[in-house]
Amino acid sequence: MTTIDAAASPYDGVPARYRTCRFTGLRIEANAELLIKVNAVAAVLFLAWGGLLGLLVALTRWPAIQLLPAEWFYLILTGHGANVLLFWIIFFEIAVLYFASAVILGARLATPKFAWLGFILMVVGGVMANYAVLRGDSTVMFTSYPPMMASQWFYLSLIIFAVGALIAVFVFFGTLVVAKSENTYDGSVPLVTFGAITAAIIAVFTLASGAIILIPTWLWSLGLVTEIDTLMYKVVWWGMGHSSQQINVSAHVSIWYAIGAMVLGAKPLSEKVSRTAFLMYILFLQLASAHHILAEPGMSSTWKIVNTSYMMYLAVMGSMIHGLTVPGAIEAAQRRNGFTRGAFEWLTKAPWGNPAFSGMFLSLVMFGFIGGISGVVLGTEQLNVLMHNTIYVPGHFHGTVVAGTTLAFMAMTYLVVPLIFQRDIIWPGLAKWQPFLFGIGAGGISLFMMGAGTLGVARRHWDIGLTDAAHAFEYPAAAYLMMALNGIFAVIAAAGGILFILIVVFSILGGRRLDGAGARLTFPLHDRSREVAEYGSHATIKLPGTIILVAIFFASFVLYYFVNWKYLSELWLFR
Amino acid sequence: MAITPPSNRLWWKEPIHGIELGWIVISFLWGLFMFIFMIAWHFIGEQNLSSETYRIRPEAYQEKVEAFADEFAAKDASGNPVEEEGVPVVRPPAGGDVFILARLWEFWPILELKKGESYRIHISSVDWQHGFSLQPTNINISVHPGYEHVITLTPTDSGDFGIICNEFCGLGHHTMTGRIRVVD
Repeated sequence: MTTIDAAASPYDGVPARYRTCRFTGLRIEANAELLIKVNAVAAVLFLAWGGLLGLLVALTRWPAIQLLPAEWFYLILTGHGANVLLFWIIFFEIAVLYFASAVILGARLATPKFAWLGFILMVVGGVMANYAVLRGDSTVMFTSYPPMMASQWFYLSLIIFAVGALIAVFVFFGTLVVAKSENTYDGSVPLVTFGAITAAIIAVFTLASGAIILIPTWLWSLGLVTEIDTLMYKVVWWGMGHSSQQINVSAHVSIWYAIGAMVLGAKPLSEKVSRTAFLMYILFLQLASAHHILAEPGMSSTWKIVNTSYMMYLAVMGSMIHGLTVPGAIEAAQRRNGFTRGAFEWLTKAPWGNPAFSGMFLSLVMFGFIGGISGVVLGTEQLNVLMHNTIYVPGHFHGTVVAGTTLAFMAMTYLVVPLIFQRDIIWPGLAKWQPFLFGIGAGGISLFMMGAGTLGVARRHWDIGLTDAAHAFEYPAAAYLMMALNGIFAVIAAAGGILFILIVVFSILGGRRLDGAGARLTFPLHDRSREVAEYGSHATIKLPGTIILVAIFFASFVLYYFVNWKYLSELWLFR
Repeated sequence: MAITPPSNRLWWKEPIHGIELGWIVISFLWGLFMFIFMIAWHFIGEQNLSSETYRIRPEAYQEKVEAFADEFAAKDASGNPVEEEGVPVVRPPAGGDVFILARLWEFWPILELKKGESYRIHISSVDWQHGFSLQPTNINISVHPGYEHVITLTPTDSGDFGIICNEFCGLGHHTMTGRIRVVD
């Protein structure tokens, strides 16, 4: 278990090597463990770099500071998008896929050499993209809308990265086949693995959309294609750009369930309901990219309405179901653990000092309340005109991708370090506060960007003072205040992010080793002996706390939805 | 647990809890309502983005805008064309066609419209993509080169309104603005 030899692949007749985790009883194969480690480390490094770029962006958009000159601001903003939205998230997702297949199913990783090939291509793509951006001739923003052209290295780097990610996704599918054929588990795959499968299936058509649009665009940058239609580009590009966010949702919802299970012993209220909710992401997602095209010319209202909602918003319904079943499973587990008083003892007595739990629960709440509600409002045909391309849009997706996905992935890291790296978390006092620091920062930037966007502040814009503009325009003072608050909360989030990086890096390098006999975790996993006798039966289960939380969520959703219609009705008339 | 196979092998035959079922029904009905409300707003609302669009070569569009600006150029008392910051002010007739040109880095020309009157606003770009963001009323529409988008717009407030570009369009993006003046 100490050295890894690539020749140890079962394909060469050498049996796979396993160890049994002393804390979870999971059977962990050596190749799977190593590939989870390298992907997680790459993810954290890209997060550190991309997060730093994000801080520079926020400090530039803080009107009183305006840190970077304009040219650098746009360059850094392009780099920020690619590094965090793509590289951090997808490297971590690959680690999650390997975890959800090989580790949870107790199987060996299929074709470890291909897994390495995928990893290397992703690293090459990620580094090349940064090279292209830093060269200065690829300042086209993450979306790279034509006819603005980046250097060929920019498009090529994304293609290479996507090919690497696609290989990794197929290694995941291969691992599922291996687990099934070697009978490493009994019955259906666990819910977390099921969620990871939905993420992987979405990843396949996401990466296919990416290839369909990026390959011709790359050829165009080489002069081999004469024109890229701007509207067609947006429709297909968002088939990648939006669907990739649904990979994140599937992945971080799986993580919510996984952390609930590992830290509290939560089991799904109903396997059928939770799995169907995951399935809805696949079935009702693809042209949901349409909600990025609502303010474009040339697409009919019918096309927009149908494709943004598929008649009944079933992908949104999927998330709303998880919004009940995840806290519901936790409440049920906590009541089994003996916290049965009142509506909320299960929540107040939850292990808030464990960063895996606190990060997960904050992610759940902020993803629903901030990212989720604002996403549906943005994706409504007429309401989109209120916010399209204002800074409301980054406000929304920092609510989903930062406060939601990134925080969930951070929470998961607090389990990956002890269980996979077999090192204990150092500085538990600081680690305890890290999710709150980062969560409050991320929640703040989301809300204040949304506030500024409601006041009309443009996204991807260096100077809200419009100092050198052709014609002067004054934004209201409140917009300046919002952008300053955004800057302050970005500093808080950055402090939380730096703390996370330091804790993870130093835990991996110098944390107490957990592979010896008698080693204990600083942040313990669920202990079945603490459970009281079975609380109720499945048929009589009571979840008053969850019902109250969900009722508050639904009331906020409906209220905010109609507030925006009211606001829309006060605009100039247009048809 | 969510990380172990379902304890009941026939999990798809388990009954659904009343709490879950209730929430599924509420979510479904709400989704259905939100879908129907988008359609309904086309009948009960007065803010629906037009989808009237024509393909046009950027040079042809530029000629149309220049001809429009010449024809309806605002004149002062002595008959001289009115300009602000070097850009002509145009007073199109109510109900007529109005043209806005988005280019690096301005919205051209300046328009003077009458409150409560409707105008057919044509908008297109001659170079890169731009974002038409009318402030402070907060109407945001994407502008593509090669596509001429026609929106029937009725101002309901008077005063000076800014057009801010909110689609990144290169190093001068933050200097790209325009103006619409609405008079009573």
